[in-house]
Amino acid sequence: MTGVLPVTLGDATKVVQALLYSGKEYACVMKLHADVSDACVRRVLEEFEDLVYQRPPLRASVKHQLRTRRIYYLDFLEMDGRNVLFRVGCEGGTYIRKLCYDVGEVLGCGAHMQELRRTRAGPFIEDDSVTLHDVAYWFGEWEGSNDETFLRRFVQPMENALALVPKIYIRDSAVDAICYGARLTAPGVLRIESGLVKGSMVAILTLKGEAVALGRTVMDVEEIMTIEHGVVATTERVLMSRGTYLRCWKSGEKRND
Amino acid sequence: MPRTVAPWEVKRELLVKAEDKTSSKYGCSPEARQADDYLQHGVVNLDKPSGPSSHEVAAWVKRILKLQAVGHGGTLEA
Repeated sequence: MTGVLPVTLGDATKVVQALLYSGKEYACVMKLHADVSDACVRRVLEEFEDLVYQRPPLRASVKHQLRTRRIYYLDFLEMDGRNVLFRVGCEGGTYIRKLCYDVGEVLGCGAHMQELRRTRAGPFIEDDSVTLHDVAYWFGEWEGSNDETFLRRFVQPMENALALVPKIYIRDSAVDAICYGARLTAPGVLRIESGLVKGSMVAILTLKGEAVALGRTVMDVEEIMTIEHGVVATTERVLMSRGTYLRCWKSGEKRND
Repeated sequence: MPRTVAPWEVKRELLVKAEDKTSSKYGCSPEARQADDYLQHGVVNLDKPSGPSSHEVAAWVKRILKLQAVGHGGTLEA
């Protein structure tokens, strides 16, 4: 299997959570075990769009339990003899091998996954991916010259991994408390993306665009926009080091003096 | 029934609740991070070759870049 694999470096590894559940896209070659008309194949592929039921393979380090996964789209691209090329956009954790097997079952003749290439992982796409050779080469160029532009040839800021996560931008004064796991309250909110409902995962960022934490909203965006006080989101994963921004909060002890 | 929208197809607007400035005294915009700081907070969009596992490939990146830790976003296994 080849394709887009986001590799998080150092402290950026904390954003991995946002990527694991984000969508993926693959180009896949499925081999049918008998000759089938392409109209038939197209029809069956269409049936697999939306919800599918899968049990992860025993060898995956995941509970071997039936679970649902969403197929966002399944596009038949071309067919050559018994080889079917299709593109599929799906939720993270969808087993394409099982999808091919199931398509084969519905067709009646059986099928298996011949080849798979990931063309998207969350916001990362093939077009700006780099090879291991590129990494070694540009890293060497950077070490030799200390020219920052070489680093930027193959490394992106970790915030790019959060591109598909709805965002909340906060005041400087609210930042440090969040780095200690504090919940985000209404006065700290400056900007917020539309469409957020209660329970949505959010990326909490500074006005400079730095990731502070991953959190979860406790109310819909409309309410967050109107209220003056109260908690609007809980902090689930702190991404910024404490002390990066000024401490503008007092510990419980001091407050009770 | 309209099909489910993929996360990268969702269009969002940025709503402004309040205005404020950010100080230049602390923090740093992601693109402006320097050298080691940029690297330690970076992600590589890697085109994985066939053969080695996702874990092995991530380990190679770690070795090439001389880092203490790496992670990867989603196993690409055969």
